[in-house]
Amino acid sequence: MIYLDNSATTKPSKEVLASFMTVTEDYYGNPSSLHGFGSTAAILLDKARAQAAAIIGAKKDEIIFTSGGTEANNLAIKGITESLKHKGNHIITTQIEHPSVWNVYKELEQKGFKLSILQVGKDGRISLNQLKQLLSKETILVSIMHVNNETGTIQPIEEAGELIKTFSSAYFHVDAVQSFGKIPVNVNQSTVDLLSISAHKFHGMKGTGLLYKSMKAPLLAQVAGGNQENGLRSGTQNVAGAVAMAKAMREGTEQSNSRHIEGLKKQLIQFFSNSPFTSMVTPEEFSAPHIINVSVPGLKGEVIVNALEKEGIIVSTTSACSSKNAEVSRTIQAMGYSHKIAKGSVRISMAHTTTQLEIEQLQKAWSSEIPSLLKGINY
Amino acid sequence: MNYDRILIRYGEISTKGKNRNRFINQLKMNIKESLTGLSAVKIEAGRDRMHIYLQNPNEVDHIISRLKPIFGIQSFSPVVKTAANLTEMKEQAVKLVESLAHEQATFKVSARRADKSFPLDTNELNREISSYVLNNVNGLIVEMKNPEIELVTEVREEGVYLSAQKIPGAGGMPIGASNKASLMLSGGLDSPVAGFHMMKRGVEVEAIHFHSPPFTSEQSKQKVRKLAAQLAGYSGRVKLHIVPFTAIQQAIQKQVPENYTMTSTRRMMLKIADVIRENTGSKALVTGESLGQVASQTLESMQAINAVTATPVLRPLITMDKTEIIEVAKEIGTYDLSILPYEDCCTIFTPASPKTKPKLDKVVFYESFIDFELLIQEAVNGTKAEIITPNTLFAESSEAFSDLF
Ligand SMILES: Cc1ncc(COP(=O)(O)O)c(C=O)c1O
Repeated sequence: MIYLDNSATTKPSKEVLASFMTVTEDYYGNPSSLHGFGSTAAILLDKARAQAAAIIGAKKDEIIFTSGGTEANNLAIKGITESLKHKGNHIITTQIEHPSVWNVYKELEQKGFKLSILQVGKDGRISLNQLKQLLSKETILVSIMHVNNETGTIQPIEEAGELIKTFSSAYFHVDAVQSFGKIPVNVNQSTVDLLSISAHKFHGMKGTGLLYKSMKAPLLAQVAGGNQENGLRSGTQNVAGAVAMAKAMREGTEQSNSRHIEGLKKQLIQFFSNSPFTSMVTPEEFSAPHIINVSVPGLKGEVIVNALEKEGIIVSTTSACSSKNAEVSRTIQAMGYSHKIAKGSVRISMAHTTTQLEIEQLQKAWSSEIPSLLKGINY
Repeated sequence: MNYDRILIRYGEISTKGKNRNRFINQLKMNIKESLTGLSAVKIEAGRDRMHIYLQNPNEVDHIISRLKPIFGIQSFSPVVKTAANLTEMKEQAVKLVESLAHEQATFKVSARRADKSFPLDTNELNREISSYVLNNVNGLIVEMKNPEIELVTEVREEGVYLSAQKIPGAGGMPIGASNKASLMLSGGLDSPVAGFHMMKRGVEVEAIHFHSPPFTSEQSKQKVRKLAAQLAGYSGRVKLHIVPFTAIQQAIQKQVPENYTMTSTRRMMLKIADVIRENTGSKALVTGESLGQVASQTLESMQAINAVTATPVLRPLITMDKTEIIEVAKEIGTYDLSILPYEDCCTIFTPASPKTKPKLDKVVFYESFIDFELLIQEAVNGTKAEIITPNTLFAESSEAFSDLF
């Protein structure tokens, strides 16, 4: 099998899995227990927190372990808006967010918040000008994702943050689920107040993630209970998952072999540009090294996915979450592409383990399988 | 050596009349707990001796090092078992003595024969074995009174037991859970030594530390945790309570005249410690005070401070000199930690000239302007407890678990 759906999820690395197993088997105590066995678990959790914090340039107390990216996003957005609703009523996000951000903003809009949505251009990037126009005294929270999960587009986070801090007193939330381990993610001296990360996107275990929350961000807990995680996220911590994530974060940044996948991506762009029936969706500039989105207008993405899987190659239509729904990609339509292109798009997402040979096999399968599907279709 | 068991001789327990069984059981439990992590062993406790039956003879060195700090043990000896066969007994005797002998070591054999069917009697045994050993191990000198190496040879029906080493234990009495006191652990030289002395008398010690961030640093707290871990080497574990003390110290600085701040601070510490003591079911407070060293340690000062509670305040170092205290601190491994130069909450707010003879009525008057009861309650509520084991700090170090990360 050639696995090219690493934006949906990745295979845990052997070392990460070994850590997870060891902690699960040998140090399964509850970190909140007072006894020595529990304290050992607490020490492991603390070490995981310190390592995760150091890697993204945060302080230990700024890390909240969660069950993944979705929970981190929910906690950030609901936690800030709930605590600041008396200060202002205006919130801003982009048209291309992951559902775990998008649907929360939609929910808040239903509840009476005034929601502004940043449009994106053909390259999938927001307009800083529009952001500047929208910001006001009333704005309390802005969420802009770092790397888009469907197209790989990188948003101008630094510039956006500068504007947010200059023209409002809003807090700035960044969904870095797709960017961590692929491009540099560091909150030290940045304007980012909240940042979400999910371990299974970089060879950690599913069900583990974290929210970075700067010291000054006023977050309200969204789950009541035993007040773990400094009261911000109740529930017995997943120590094995946190340790495994800390290891995956280290491996992800150490071996972030983005040069290597960057090269593979260039090769694919070249290949698809020369293919007469294929349109590139991922912009060449400002995009992450691991994601390529292409479309075969006239076909359904699903058909391409099936055809390639028969050849042992796994790719996906848009994002894993929405790919089972019949609707076409919100993101790609937002970029101004036609319905036809949006419908025919597939995402190829690589990992540092992806090889040159695998990419060549993808090209071969693409050239041999797709044209026959297009027979009789006008594209 | 193929060690079979370790023989343990009790210390003061033997003289303790009717409480003896309780003490012996406590010691057995403490020994068992100290051996966690090693292969499970059977421990048999008799009236005068205890036997640890080894499952893995290779672990004998680990077991010896774990037994050394346990209070209630006077001495102990690793024992080899052989068949009741003179040739084999001689072979093993030579091996055992060889492993301990040095040039000019004094030596004798003490045989006992519980199995009367054994062909040689005690005298014959002594003679046979000692001549064989003397012929085969170089440099031994026979000495009947107090030899360095006494090869004890016990012939029993099930086999023969040889031992030649008598390792001194820590003495004292076994630490018992039902016998608990609360130690005020500052980070200085004295209080860990006071804690050690209490432990040696069989008392379980919980430690209470006052932390005043940002005036006292994270390192000073870390130092106290290290001291607690060092003490835990004797008891297996120490529960450490860290009391947030900043608000009270600031209130005292603001309200109480400077030459009385020290007295007042000590009084508040004692009050808080007493609440924690009561909550944790311990029966006495312990401090590292000794007479006359610093201003807080005059009799007048103790009187003014002690007036806040009727709980016994035990001061095991009361008559000791600084040099004696330092000696013990070095022996128990707390000296090097204690002299690390971090501020603790006693040193940082020390006034230039504290009253050496504070008056109780005066200090009570000065304190009457602040609602200390409320502040004390807050400090108690904010106190965090943690069990410290000898292993805790290693576990936190960067080497520990590094393969998991
Ligand atoms: C950009 C983005 N944000 C959030 C998530 C949700 O993360 P998780 O699956 O850990 O809940 C994903 C992936 O599913 C994602 O790609």
